[in-house]
Amino acid sequence: MNDAPGVIVQARQLGKQVASPGGTLTILADIDLAIATGESVAIIGVSGSGKSTLLGLLAGLDLPTSGEVQLTGAALNSLDEDGRAAIRAGRVGFVFQSFQLLPGLTALENVMLPLELARIENAAEQAASGLAEVGLSERLQHYPRQLSGGEQQRVAIARAFACRPKILFADEPTGNLDQQTGAQIIELLFRLNREHAATLVLVTHDPAIADHCDRCLTLAAGRITGEKLRAGSMPSPPSSPPRGGRGDSMSGPASPSPLAGEGSGERGA
Amino acid sequence: MNQARQIFAASFTSLKRDWRAGELRLIALATVLAVAALSSVGLFTDRVRRAIEAQATELLAADLVLESTDPITADLLQRARKSGLERTRSVGFRSMALAGERLELAEVKAVEAGYPLRGQLRTSSELFGAEQVATTIPERGTAWVDARLLQALDISVGDTLKLGDTDLRLARIITYEPDRGGELFNIAPRVLINLADLDATGLIAPGSRAEFRLLLGGATDAITAFREQVEADKGQRLKIQGIRDARPELRRALERAEQFLGLAVIVAVALCGLAIAMASRRFTLRHYDTCAMLRCLGASQRHITGLFALQMLLLAILFSGFGAALGFFGQTGLASLLQGMTARALPAPSLWPLLTAVLAGVVAVTGFSMPQLWRLRAVSPLRVLRRDLAPAPAGSHIVFMAAIATLALLTPWQSGNLKLTLYVFFGLLGTAVALAAGALTGIRLCARLRTGTGIAWRYGLANVARRADSSVAQVLAIGLGVTALLLLTLVRSDLLESWQDRLAPGTPNYFLINIQPDEVAGLEGFLRDRTAVTTELYPMVRARLTRLNGRVLNPDDYQDARTQRLATREFNLSWSGRLQDDNEIVQGKWWPADPTGDVLFSFEQEIAERLGVHMGDRLTYSVAGREVTGTVRNIRTVDWDTFNVNFFVIANPGALEGLPATWITSFYLPGERRSLLTDVVRNFPSVTIIDVAALIEQVRAIMDQVSRTVEFVFGFTLLAGLVVLLATLQNTHDERRMEAAVLRSLGADRGSILKSLAAEFLAIGLIAGLLAALGATTISWLLARFVFELPFAINWLLWVLGPLSCTLVVLATGIAGTRHVLHVPPMVALRNV
Repeated sequence: MNDAPGVIVQARQLGKQVASPGGTLTILADIDLAIATGESVAIIGVSGSGKSTLLGLLAGLDLPTSGEVQLTGAALNSLDEDGRAAIRAGRVGFVFQSFQLLPGLTALENVMLPLELARIENAAEQAASGLAEVGLSERLQHYPRQLSGGEQQRVAIARAFACRPKILFADEPTGNLDQQTGAQIIELLFRLNREHAATLVLVTHDPAIADHCDRCLTLAAGRITGEKLRAGSMPSPPSSPPRGGRGDSMSGPASPSPLAGEGSGERGA
Repeated sequence: MNQARQIFAASFTSLKRDWRAGELRLIALATVLAVAALSSVGLFTDRVRRAIEAQATELLAADLVLESTDPITADLLQRARKSGLERTRSVGFRSMALAGERLELAEVKAVEAGYPLRGQLRTSSELFGAEQVATTIPERGTAWVDARLLQALDISVGDTLKLGDTDLRLARIITYEPDRGGELFNIAPRVLINLADLDATGLIAPGSRAEFRLLLGGATDAITAFREQVEADKGQRLKIQGIRDARPELRRALERAEQFLGLAVIVAVALCGLAIAMASRRFTLRHYDTCAMLRCLGASQRHITGLFALQMLLLAILFSGFGAALGFFGQTGLASLLQGMTARALPAPSLWPLLTAVLAGVVAVTGFSMPQLWRLRAVSPLRVLRRDLAPAPAGSHIVFMAAIATLALLTPWQSGNLKLTLYVFFGLLGTAVALAAGALTGIRLCARLRTGTGIAWRYGLANVARRADSSVAQVLAIGLGVTALLLLTLVRSDLLESWQDRLAPGTPNYFLINIQPDEVAGLEGFLRDRTAVTTELYPMVRARLTRLNGRVLNPDDYQDARTQRLATREFNLSWSGRLQDDNEIVQGKWWPADPTGDVLFSFEQEIAERLGVHMGDRLTYSVAGREVTGTVRNIRTVDWDTFNVNFFVIANPGALEGLPATWITSFYLPGERRSLLTDVVRNFPSVTIIDVAALIEQVRAIMDQVSRTVEFVFGFTLLAGLVVLLATLQNTHDERRMEAAVLRSLGADRGSILKSLAAEFLAIGLIAGLLAALGATTISWLLARFVFELPFAINWLLWVLGPLSCTLVVLATGIAGTRHVLHVPPMVALRNV
């Protein structure tokens, strides 16, 4: 596979189908995408458009039924689940909508998790400084249930950046937070992303959040239907031509939503 | 009617659906286990009871048996003849049987023509040969014996057997003896001889220990009339056994065993109930949506309750049936554990215990699941729009009350004894509270220990601490069964060993009894020459206490059964001029060496307290028809563990002279000099040798078999504990799935997740195992210290093997119950919103 220089994630002809009682259901089809190192990319779309599935495939949490993904130079299709886990360990960070902190572990232990999985030494010290970065140095020994939603998401962000990952995947990071806390979290997320010079792939349905990113991809009915660059941001890598579009046939019962075309075909800013 | 059919059909369909979805498997498993435990114990005790009841007549080999320690009088025989009853006599005693250089203690029975009046005596002409019903008794000069004796003496049919002064030809092998069937524990093999040969053996002399029986047969009225006549005659001192009171001691033993096993089973059933309650809680929670939808579509609350109650009932009946089938195999296992111990094959079981077990299973499932299922009727139809609308799960007090009510319903049914039930209930409650407290401490310790460990350990131990409630339930459920099993091991091996270890080296290991007066001098000399040890021979007179301070002794004056028996049975009285070394006077003085002509008694302290005998009391004993009255001169303690010959009551020399007496002695003989015993029997044929080591070995063998039976039942308790473990794991299924997915997305491989699970179950298993070892050790220390008064040593092997095996079992079950999380796709972490 010939990788474009500086590309950290590359998807080619990516498709995901699942079997359902009504026949095969296509969730994603014909996705071609390249994300440059250090780039921040938002994936927006309505519910059921396939955003999370795409995020999962790009992060190696799942395997596509067609096409291939390269993550930090490794072809994910050729690896088994443990192999893909090894790629993720220390290189990939996650921020989830419902925080996904392990309830039995303290804030500090939660942040230590990825450090230990990547066999990084001084995990406790690094985790403590990561929590200090998100303003929770007073909460190290607190359990998730003793923290507010915003604080939990801060712990999750500290956990995501703990290993200094090359790439961070965030799935609706403000979905479970009120607007004000959400804004603070987004501010924190982008600040840390800049400071750590990490690549960010962010799924959201909020255009305002997407506007923070260098590039915004719109997904509708399993296909990329639009791509928008933020003013002043670097151009997308050459191997990511926007493909497909409205009107492509779907083999499953999922029909394009009336909103699916929003922003489709737009390019540039 | 139509609606009922509809609900039934709907329940059946939903049962099938939920079964396929795996929602009901644990409830089914717990039901099967509970019913299997109930029915195997029920069937087993039923078989033993039926063996005793169905053959009550056969057990006696007659319709009525009169038993005495003195020969049956001619007068009694005459009266039986006048009453028109069939009659035959038998004499039973123990003696040494000798063949060549080998000897063996045998239970000799001398019988008259006509024996047995009821039931059949069956024999064969060779070892394992064809069985024939005997129509006669052994001819004069011959003996019929148990196959066991042939092996012990290494002889075969046709060989000669020496019994006392007589040589008998071994004619047949006894394969079945009617009035022996009820003896659960066969101590020595049988030798059956002709009553006419008894005198020639020289084994029975006045004062010999023997049971003289008169077997009677006839019409019920005649038997009843004769019985009343004998009972009215207080002077006869006869033990009367009819069909209705055959083997009372055996019935009592069975009753106790039944109660104890029944309660042990209840522990298993309670744990299964806990598992059912836990599993039905999850089942209920997962059916909120279904119920909301049904309600939305117009189903009434009654319909909902009916639907799920019926579904649970169908499940209970179906799996109770499986449990009962399993219990049927279980009881064959129990019966085979007792193999060789029972003198005869047990009859086939009846169906009744199966039915009651199934019914109990249905009660258990209903009682433990309904408080949860009842909540389903409270599901609001509005939940279809607002998923957060859910009824509160059944309060723990409701579940607890229902559980107590269910157990209260089942327990007396099982034990039939309220006092025992309460003892066991509070004993268990105490153990459970102690286990729970210990579990909580252990779990807190886990939380502390996890800092400084690797990721897998930290996460595993964190889970133990976080789910403290379910961890306590797991430790408790498993700990109970393991405690019981470890305790049995300790009692079976350690206590008996500790007692044996306490015996000083050189403690007498043989007793010689039935020494006749004319043999005393000879035997004394023989033993002195051959063993180089001076052994003292003690005289023994069989006497019954009849009057205390002039008042006729009435057994009914005493509260407990043991003292009542003491008040009726014959004592061995001895006389002596000096106080034995292992005796100590606690009240009064030993008598002076010079005879005063008074009759004086020395009483052992415990027996004096039991009978209410005090210093200076006047006691009257009846000895072979003569009365001897004397005064209590002193009270003394006896160290029974010396295994020296000792007596409860001793008289001063001269007091019992002229009464029929036999002598007794004990001595230590090292194993390599055992051949001396053969010479003893040759020279003194009437002497009976009692091998203490062999007796202890028999006691150990019996304890072994009985405790294995109990272990079998507690095995169910352990299994039930494991089902509780699975139920708690099922309740955390969704949480674990999600957490595993998060760990996977953060880069954890399967090995790390497996390690964290292993850490969690190792901790649970270890806590449960250590607590069980602690519990078993504590209880066994209490038993040793306060019940058996034995020194106590901690069994360290148990502290290693107990926790180790407990940990392995919990580890295997826990991993099996959570292995699904190893295969959770990490995508799940993204899906949970």
